[in-house]
Amino acid sequence: MFEPVLLKNIDQPDSHLLSTYEAGGGYRALAKVLREFTPDDVVELVKQSNLRGRGGAGFPTGMKWSFVPKRADKPKYLCCNADEGEPGTFKDRIIMERDPHQLIEGLAVSAYAIGAKTAYVYVRGEYVTAIRRLEQAIAEAQAKGYLGTGILGTDFAFAVHIHCGAGAYICGEETAMLESLEGRRAQPRLKPPFPAVAGLYASPTVINNVETLACVPHIVVRGADWFRNIGPAKSPGPKLYCLSGQVRKPGLYELPMGIPLRELVEEHAGGALPGRRIKAVIPGGVSAPVIPERGLDVGMDFDSLAAVGSMLGSAGVVVIDDTTCMVKVATRIVEFFHHESCGKCTPCREGLNWAVKVMRRIEAGEGEPGDLEQLDGLCKGIFGNTFCALGDGAAMGLRAALAHFRDEFAAHIEEHRCPFH
Amino acid sequence: MGMREQIETAAARYPDRRSAIMPALLIAQKAHGHLPGPVLEEVADILGVERIWVYELATFYTLFHTEPVGRFHLQLCDNIACMLCGAERLLAHMETVLGIGKGGTTPDGLFTLSTVECLGACEMAPVMQVGDDYHGNLDAARLDALLGSLRAHAGRLATVDPASAPSPGE
Repeated sequence: MFEPVLLKNIDQPDSHLLSTYEAGGGYRALAKVLREFTPDDVVELVKQSNLRGRGGAGFPTGMKWSFVPKRADKPKYLCCNADEGEPGTFKDRIIMERDPHQLIEGLAVSAYAIGAKTAYVYVRGEYVTAIRRLEQAIAEAQAKGYLGTGILGTDFAFAVHIHCGAGAYICGEETAMLESLEGRRAQPRLKPPFPAVAGLYASPTVINNVETLACVPHIVVRGADWFRNIGPAKSPGPKLYCLSGQVRKPGLYELPMGIPLRELVEEHAGGALPGRRIKAVIPGGVSAPVIPERGLDVGMDFDSLAAVGSMLGSAGVVVIDDTTCMVKVATRIVEFFHHESCGKCTPCREGLNWAVKVMRRIEAGEGEPGDLEQLDGLCKGIFGNTFCALGDGAAMGLRAALAHFRDEFAAHIEEHRCPFH
Repeated sequence: MGMREQIETAAARYPDRRSAIMPALLIAQKAHGHLPGPVLEEVADILGVERIWVYELATFYTLFHTEPVGRFHLQLCDNIACMLCGAERLLAHMETVLGIGKGGTTPDGLFTLSTVECLGACEMAPVMQVGDDYHGNLDAARLDALLGSLRAHAGRLATVDPASAPSPGE
């Protein structure tokens, strides 16, 4: 039986308060690193744990930290990406609302590791409750000496600030988020330079996701071996899975990395709604290519999902049943990417606009022969040719829908109507 | 705290005042309900930044409203999870009940109806944000009850003291 790690506090009354967090062993990791570890020791520990970023890309966290130059004449920054906008994802919101100190301790330990004195938590503006809870938690932590100057009697000084987003999915892209933090429109930057070298205010910057940072204190307290032994060794750890859509028990589940998608959906989340059958599942937010029901026996980890042409992404698991039209699903997803395209590069801005027009036409029963080939061509024109991963995500998702459910698309064109209406 | 003081407090968090434009716009919008040109110019003047920098953010980010919105902004998520759980029917229901289309505001200025992209609360789909609050697991009956309570709330405030009415969601 897997014991929850990241969610162990959340069902307690007042789980968001410092007293609850401390009673569960909170801030012991910060005390331990300040007493026993050099910053390099922390980086090495996180490298050994094989922790990979939970924001979607799965980049090794310790390696990301090690890219920060040891000596720099500029201040270093830690940024937390809490702009959770990937449709189907709500894990970071629940951590921030119900256990904000877990994030703050993760920030403090990580800042110590990379030598940052300031962190900005970029929270999406809609998350009003999360923002209030974080503000309260920062004030509590400051009053108790976990933040501020002379933390726990050492010379470590560290401040956390909240920056509210204002509704732009593209801010999940780390360099777009930095532009936004600097007071500009959120459009991604050309890389290199990578943020570790020149990020926020052209200073060395590390950007980590909420769930990634929340893992860090547990690694400090329980060790790299403990973490690496949960799930697949190359993609290990406790993992938050967001279950939503047409499923009996939607909600947030914490289980080991690598759990089979079928077990997650059918056993933990209770399977299909009464009288219905699962048709397909999106495993990692809408950027992740859809998997038809027959493909559900895949492990929920970065490598296993990549091997079947999809991705773990943000682990936003959206369940779709047999009453739902896949053309409608695919159209809605492409509409989303089109709406959120920042407009910087042509393949994404124009390609998605074009794709939406063709897809709406097909969905309305007004599709024409050649439309599917045109969509294939648009996917090809977008994928790999955009400035950032937003366009790739849109193209990969559409390509998978066209590949797995081509008969549904074709039926709309042949019958001049949606077969599901 | 007045708007200027709040903006100065926000600006102190950053080494560059340009970074404070977003927080300043959120503060200004809370104070004024929306962000007309003169408010944008005031924000630029308080921060001492170029006006175009303020305009470009106010028009890029969807949470900023340069046009007035109703007293209660009904923001229904119609992204994938909410769509799969019936958001379209809820939108049609609200359009009928309120007599306005998507993007419209009721003549009494009470409600503006919008659809929004994923609110990050898919476990309680379909979900709608009104002011600061999320309302989840919605169906037509719950929506009717919610709209009724918002109307009653506005009515109570109007009979007490319109000047002291808090902004939506407070």
